Amino acid sequence: MTVAHAVTANRLRDGIPVYRTEDGGWSPQFSAVGQLATAAEAEAIAAAAGAVNGKDAVVGAYAITVEVDGAAVRPTSLRERIRAEGPTVQPLAAMRKAS
Amino acid sequence: MYRYDEFDHDFLAERVAQFGDQVARRLSGELTEEEFRPLRLMNGLYLQLHAYMLRIAIPYGTLSATQLRALAHVARRYDNGYGHFTTRQNMQFNWIKLEEVPQAMADLAAAEMHGIQTSGNCIRNVTADQWAGVAPDEIEDPRVWCEIIRQWSTLHPEFSFLPRKFKIAVTGSPHDRAAVRVHDIGLRLHRNEAGEIGFEVMVGGGLGRTPYIAKTIREFLPKQDLLSYLEAILRVYNQLGRRDNIYKARIKILVHALGAEKIAELVEAEWQQMRDGALKLPQATIDAISTHFAPPDYPTRDPMPPQLMAARLRDPDFARWLRSNVAPHRVPGYAIVSISLKPEGAPPGDCTAGQMDALADLSERYSFGETRVTHEQNLVFPHVAQEHLPELWRALDALELATPNIGLASDIIACPGLDYCSLANARSIPVAQHLGQRLGALDRQHDLGNLQVKISGCINACGHHHVGHIGLLGVDKNGEEFYQITLGGSAADDASLGAILGPAVAYDKVVDTVASLVEGYVGLRENGERFLDTYRRVGAAPFKERLNAAR
Repeated sequence: MTVAHAVTANRLRDGIPVYRTEDGGWSPQFSAVGQLATAAEAEAIAAAAGAVNGKDAVVGAYAITVEVDGAAVRPTSLRERIRAEGPTVQPLAAMRKAS
Repeated sequence: MYRYDEFDHDFLAERVAQFGDQVARRLSGELTEEEFRPLRLMNGLYLQLHAYMLRIAIPYGTLSATQLRALAHVARRYDNGYGHFTTRQNMQFNWIKLEEVPQAMADLAAAEMHGIQTSGNCIRNVTADQWAGVAPDEIEDPRVWCEIIRQWSTLHPEFSFLPRKFKIAVTGSPHDRAAVRVHDIGLRLHRNEAGEIGFEVMVGGGLGRTPYIAKTIREFLPKQDLLSYLEAILRVYNQLGRRDNIYKARIKILVHALGAEKIAELVEAEWQQMRDGALKLPQATIDAISTHFAPPDYPTRDPMPPQLMAARLRDPDFARWLRSNVAPHRVPGYAIVSISLKPEGAPPGDCTAGQMDALADLSERYSFGETRVTHEQNLVFPHVAQEHLPELWRALDALELATPNIGLASDIIACPGLDYCSLANARSIPVAQHLGQRLGALDRQHDLGNLQVKISGCINACGHHHVGHIGLLGVDKNGEEFYQITLGGSAADDASLGAILGPAVAYDKVVDTVASLVEGYVGLRENGERFLDTYRRVGAAPFKERLNAAR
C-alpha cells in the first residue's frame, strides 16, 4: 500500500463533496479522484480552485491523502471516508422507508 | 403564541429578497466565497461535510402547527425528508442545496421562521423551559421575557459583532429544565422577600473547551430593568471580552478571569448610567407581549377520567409511557406530554417530514395547536386533556413516537458528530444508537431510573457532555476515534460539571465500558438513588476500577 495525494472540495451550488479528477475537472465520485505525487502539488491546486466560477465552481478546496492498494484507492482519514461514502448511520427518513 | 406584526413581516421579506440576491451573485461569481461566507452565516447557512446545513431558529422552543408543517415542507421539498432538532431548541436541515435556499427561506418566512442569528458572534436564539406556562411549579411564563429579549437582540447594532457567540436561557420555575447555569446569561424568575417577581441573573456559564457553571451577579433584578441590565452586561463583555484568541473569547473566560464580584461591579457601573433610559420596560409593553402567551381557554376536564384509569390497568405499555413521558400540568384534568425523538436505534433528535406533519395534526387535535422543542432533543405537547391520553398514545405509537424513555438511559443527547459536522473529531450518533440499544431494554431502563447520557463529537460540546450524568467526548487519537468519559455532570438546578474518569476509551469499547459503569451503579445504589446521586455519594473510585477493567 502506498500513500498519494489528492484534492477535494464542496460544490458551490449544492455543497456536495467533489474530487479533482486527472483531467482537471471535479467529480462527485471518489473513484474518479486524480492522484498526485506530492502534498505541495495538491495544495497548489487546492489554493487555485476557489477562483473558478460557473456551474462547476467549488468552495473550500483542500489537499487530502489517499491510500492506494493496487486498483483500490480510499481516503486515509475517517473524516474523508465519511465524506466520500456518506454518513455511517442511516438517517431516520431512510430507516422509515426501509421498514 | 407570539405572532409577527407588520414590521416583523416586512423585515423578514426584505431579508429573504436580500439573501436571494446574494446567493444569485455568489452563484454567478460576482461574490467570492470570502465575501459570501459571512452573509450566509448571518442567515444560519453553514457548509458541512456532505452539503450545506440550514439552521432554523425556534424561539424559546415554541412551534405552532403551521410552523411544524412549514418545517415538514422544507424537509420534504429541499432536504432528504427529515430534520434534526438540536440542543438549542433549533431545527437543522443537513442536505440543503445553496441554489434552493432562497426559496426555502421564503417558504419558512411565510410561517414566521428564519435562520437569522443562528450563527455568528451575536446573541443567538433565546431558549426556555419547555414546560413554560404549564409547569405546576412555575412562577411566571419565561417566554414573555424570551420574546422581549428576542425583539431587543434581533439585529442589535451594537451586539452584532461580539467577541464570540452569546447564548441566553430563561426559566420561570425553581426546577431548572432550561440548563440556565451553562449559558452565557441564565435568568431565573423568582420571588424576593417582598413577594415581587424578578430575575436572578447568572453570567459566564458555558460548555465547550472550557466549561464553567455561571456565577450569580445579581440575586434580584426587577422585571422592568431586564433589558437595560442585559445591555450593561453585553457592553462590558463587548468592551473587555478577548478578541485575540477565539478559545478565550466567550464571556465565561472574562467572568472567571476577573471574578464575579468585579464583573458585577462593572455591570452595575454601566447599568447605573442607563437604567432609567429608553430600555426601561413600560408595563404596557410587558402586558402587550404577555397577551401573546396567555394560556389557552382550557375547557373543564375530569381530573380522574375513568378511560385513563381503565387504559392504565389494561395496557402495561401505556402505563409505562404514562410513567416516563407524561407529567402533571398546572390545570387539573390536563397533562404535559413528552414525545421522544429517541426510538431505539434511531439518530437522536431526527424527525421525518411525515412525522412532523402528523404531529402538527395531533397538536391541533390534542394540544391547542402548540408543540415545544426541548434542549434534550425531544418534543412536548404542553396542553393535553388527561382523558385524551390513551388515544394520543395510540396515535403517537403508530408514528413510532411513543418510546417511553424520557429522562431514562436511552434518552441520549448526541450532536451530529463526525457523520455530518465539519468540526467533529469522532462520531456521536452510532455511539448513541448502540448505547441506547444496550441500555434501552425497557424494563431495565425504567429500573435504572433517571440517567442522562450526553455525547459530543468534539470539544465544542454541542452534545452537552460536561453536564451528562455520564458524558462522552469524542477525540481523535492518531486518526482513531476515542471517547473521554466524564461522570457526575448535571444541567439542572443542582448544576455541576462532570469529572474525567480516566484515559479515553476506543470506539469499539465505549458501549461496553458505559454498560459496565451502569452495572457498577446498580450494585452500589441505595434506595431511590439515581446514577448521579450514587456517584456523588461514593465518588469516582469504583467507577475508575470498572473503566480500567473494561479498556
